Amino acid sequence: MYIFALRLKITAFVLMGLGFIGLAIGFASAPSTVAEAQAMVADAHGGHGDAHGSEHNTHDTHATDSNKKDNHHDDVNHATTHAHGEYPDDAHGNDKHADDHHGEHLLHQLQNKPWAALYVAAFFFFMIALGALLFYAIQRAAQAGWSILLYRVMEGIAAYLVPGSIIIYVFLMLTGLHANHLFVWMDADTVAHDEIIQGKQGYLNVPFFLIRAAIYLLGWNAYRYFSRKFSLAQDNAPSGDISNHKKNFRISAGFLVFFFVTESMMAWDWIMSLDPHWFSTLFGWYVLASMLVTAVTVIALVSIYLKSKGYLPKVNDSHLHDLAKFMFGLSVFWTYLWFSQFMLIWYSNIPEEVTYFLTRIDDYNLPFFGMLVMNFIFPLLILMSSDYKRSNWIIVMAGIIIVLGHYIDIFNMIMPATVGDQWFIGWAEIGGFLFFAGLFIYVVFRELSKAPLEASGDPYVGESERFVY
Amino acid sequence: MSSKLVHAVYDDDDTLLHAVKDVKKADYHIEEVFTPFPVHGLDHAMGLAGTRIAVAAFMYGILGFTVAVVMINYIMIEDWPQNIGGKPSFSFIENLPAFIPVMFEMTVFFAAHLMVITFYLRSKLWPFKKAQNPMPETTDDKFLMQVAVEVDERKLMTLLKKSGAIDISIHENEQA
Repeated sequence: MYIFALRLKITAFVLMGLGFIGLAIGFASAPSTVAEAQAMVADAHGGHGDAHGSEHNTHDTHATDSNKKDNHHDDVNHATTHAHGEYPDDAHGNDKHADDHHGEHLLHQLQNKPWAALYVAAFFFFMIALGALLFYAIQRAAQAGWSILLYRVMEGIAAYLVPGSIIIYVFLMLTGLHANHLFVWMDADTVAHDEIIQGKQGYLNVPFFLIRAAIYLLGWNAYRYFSRKFSLAQDNAPSGDISNHKKNFRISAGFLVFFFVTESMMAWDWIMSLDPHWFSTLFGWYVLASMLVTAVTVIALVSIYLKSKGYLPKVNDSHLHDLAKFMFGLSVFWTYLWFSQFMLIWYSNIPEEVTYFLTRIDDYNLPFFGMLVMNFIFPLLILMSSDYKRSNWIIVMAGIIIVLGHYIDIFNMIMPATVGDQWFIGWAEIGGFLFFAGLFIYVVFRELSKAPLEASGDPYVGESERFVY
Repeated sequence: MSSKLVHAVYDDDDTLLHAVKDVKKADYHIEEVFTPFPVHGLDHAMGLAGTRIAVAAFMYGILGFTVAVVMINYIMIEDWPQNIGGKPSFSFIENLPAFIPVMFEMTVFFAAHLMVITFYLRSKLWPFKKAQNPMPETTDDKFLMQVAVEVDERKLMTLLKKSGAIDISIHENEQA
């Protein structure tokens, strides 16, 4: 049995405490009036003036594109503006009101910022638990033999699904109640001026949105609950009785069918609808790839941590080698989907689609391309060699980069639609990450300490022990 | 190199693998093993050095990647500048997304083909080469182990017989 080390517990609580303070400062420092928002931006721009100037110059050199780009910016501004209510129709064309409009827009972006930071971190760690659950279900449904010794690690990570789901659901309910303005389509006044969103209202409306979210979360949590229950029951079953294993196989297969439909819809609902004008048919897959690669990486990191503390004695190089192969392969898979989405939209250059990438390349240049280096080029080169995949410290190093890279990936999915060009890594972003990291560590390792780390009753456990690559 | 070789024939890959380990343990030198299909773990049991084909493949991949970059830059940008996707920038880097599939395919093409050719050359295989396996059945369902005879012939024969060989014979070593 694993005993939750006191030092790790303290670390988790310290992370949560620091994160909470960071989030509190982030929320407290959000502006409440237009004047404050303008003052904040003026301060920040004092230092960055040069950088911004040169950036704009480089854009202006793309003479053929600049006209188009301006249009896109308007489009984006439109999509991220929540101020249409306070912006009477008869005031169009009035200079003073145009100024107000800009300030109002800025205010809403800055007010969104701590909420969006919280959402990015909450979703990121929720996604890791969900990905681990998916990986576990795939192992179960495929009746894999190699991974039995890692089942308890996967179950432990998946345990974060429960608090993660509650937090996400409460967050979405608060958003639905207009505590923040992350989802433009929830704003009745914006919708009144937007024919495209009006056409999507049959799907994008708050009650249906919350009902769908409840269905996804209940389905996933139900599978997690029963699968864990059968897995533990199998340990105590008399030898030769594999009925619990069979039940687990059946519900895992069922879960996978349910999951792949609901995961796609979840990605549309919770992330893609932040840009309600934009759509991508493979967006669900793209989020799925990010989810799976991060989850497998975290499984590897937790296994290596437990092994370094003397637990999991039967997990050998070959198991870690297989996890590293998944890290490598899924990183390439993620890149494949990222590129498939990017290239078609870049090539066709249709305004309503390409605006999505224009905002990211213009305003998020470093995180957008930096994430490609972290999530593709780095793992590709470092994890290609077979020997490196068996080396713990290389897996840990590559794993940390992959986890951070996919945090930035989620950041790039959520931030541009909610805070526009007003992003920076501040108190709320770091605080949100630390808080959920602490909570994640606490929940995962507490679950690990509740049951033996070896699923000794599984009929394939012998195969896993003898597993040699 | 000794002048005589013992050929031990097996009809099961598991038996062969155990026999190879036993012969190795008794400090005999295994010249070669002929099998109808790759036997998992055989190279390890024979003590063969690890393959370096992966390093070669990586370098071939880089070569293919470079060829693709140079080729596409010449074709699409320099020699006959193309308007790609309605964006007439005539710059390699700005049109990069359109070239990625080509770079990928060329990398794979070079790595795969040159790897196969390297493997043939390294295994001394080329067209019209005379087959070297001493027993054609090793391409069907038999496994053959060639062991060099040092001094004590009889001891080796007993060991091989015990290891489950279905047929043992002594041959002159033509290459010695």
